[in-house]
Amino acid sequence: MHREDFNLLNTDIIYFDNGATSLKPKAVIDSILKYYEEYPMNAHRGDYKLSLLTSNLYEETRVKVKDFINANKKEEIVFTSGSTESLNMIINGYFKDKLSSNDEVILSKSEHASLILPFMELGVKIKYANLDEDYKLTLDNISKEVTPNTKVIGLSHISNVIGDKRDIKSIIEFAHKNNILVVVDAAQSLGHTLVDVQDMDIDFLAGSAHKMCGPMGVGILYAKEELMREIKPVYTGGGVTVSFNEDEIVYKDIPYNLESGTRNVPGVIAFSKAIDLINLIGVNNIEEYITDLKKYLINKLSKLDNLEILNSNVEGSTIIFNVKGVFAQDTSLYLDKKNICVRSGDHCDKMLHEVTGVKNTVRVSLYFYNTIEECDKLIEALNNPNILEESLGI
Amino acid sequence: MDSNIKRELILDNFNYPNNKGLTNDPSYIKKSDKNPSCIDHFDIELKLEDGVVKDIRFDGEACAIATSSLSIAIHRFIGKSKEEVLNIIDNYKKMVNEEEYDKTILEDLLAFDEIWKQESRKTCATLGINIIEDILNNN
Repeated sequence: MHREDFNLLNTDIIYFDNGATSLKPKAVIDSILKYYEEYPMNAHRGDYKLSLLTSNLYEETRVKVKDFINANKKEEIVFTSGSTESLNMIINGYFKDKLSSNDEVILSKSEHASLILPFMELGVKIKYANLDEDYKLTLDNISKEVTPNTKVIGLSHISNVIGDKRDIKSIIEFAHKNNILVVVDAAQSLGHTLVDVQDMDIDFLAGSAHKMCGPMGVGILYAKEELMREIKPVYTGGGVTVSFNEDEIVYKDIPYNLESGTRNVPGVIAFSKAIDLINLIGVNNIEEYITDLKKYLINKLSKLDNLEILNSNVEGSTIIFNVKGVFAQDTSLYLDKKNICVRSGDHCDKMLHEVTGVKNTVRVSLYFYNTIEECDKLIEALNNPNILEESLGI
Repeated sequence: MDSNIKRELILDNFNYPNNKGLTNDPSYIKKSDKNPSCIDHFDIELKLEDGVVKDIRFDGEACAIATSSLSIAIHRFIGKSKEEVLNIIDNYKKMVNEEEYDKTILEDLLAFDEIWKQESRKTCATLGINIIEDILNNN
């Protein structure tokens, strides 16, 4: 779908590394060019027309993000550099002062490092909910870890390696009944499945523009207004205060108190074009299309004797596998020789292998511009007994 | 070296590497490193006695080029003096970086004489050898 929006797809490149980052459509690239050529000003700084234009475009994206995730107010949206920064701001700006060493956080070993590490650095007790036999995270397994000391559950909406979509609404409903707050890492779900923060009753959410056709270096932090007001600025400096003197700092109101320094203004403005494209296609259509594409791919790949697939029973956009007797990196280098881009390694989930028993894998991650024909080329490439030998390039 | 022989050497040393498995013997010098740009990592133990490399062991997970280059190097280095090994390493790294080098001392390590053509593989081909070089330069 919409392949004509992506110049790279006019080449012989087959891009299956969408879990790492998506391709950028022409409208996003054009928007960045337009910014630098026509109104390359800082937002919320100058009183002249061009600066006001820049500020207005920047704020229009905030409203667009608010509508995209169905937040209640635009003040519940803070622009960051990406999911990692958003999660660090949530955990260090909110939970650092709220949690004591006796408090417990529930995570799982299939979470991304950007969710696990900031909580580890806090020094609180972390309990890892078990994954089921398909490596999925379920409410049942989360509930088994809950104690009176549990204060937070942190989880990705869609996990970045296994690709399982968690039942966020049920998990949050359960959490709130037990007075537990929930941090949702939506890096892999925004633009892939419907995210409705009000319907799901999400407390905190982090996301990245670049994984949903937006530019690099733009992320979002969502928090319910009353929680957002309690997030302390992790970074302070230019643009976040009304005034300060030797004795007192008076911060601006949310969200501006949390957007210190110069933001990625062209990136934020261009992010709006990515949201437009996702809305045009429809996120439900995207999810349905990718689900069908993965089913097709899994069905064909399962018939290859030389592959070991780890997440055959998981719906979503990722397939992780290894070619028997071939190190994951060698497989990805072999595929690269055929202009097929995939990821190999632990994919920033450095504890997942404790559950799966497999440290490194090849990951194919799909998006709406991938096609059946591209899947067929991948299948054909993998249906080869000499992958290791051909990967050497010698 | 013929390409078929190179491939055979590399695959053989990847599938059946020399000296895989650590001794945990305190008389060995230990060092670990990983490739920052990919997932290769090695733990290496080296026994140095009277300026001679008596033994090298390794463990870790790495691609075919990284594993086979280390395995072949281990076979080439054991029994050599520290200076001899450092000289081989110097010439090997020159080869990997497409510089002038002494072909007469590399033997099976010549299997990697065209690795410079693959930029992403150069770090693989030197990961284990750099660890050994670092151990010898610091002991």
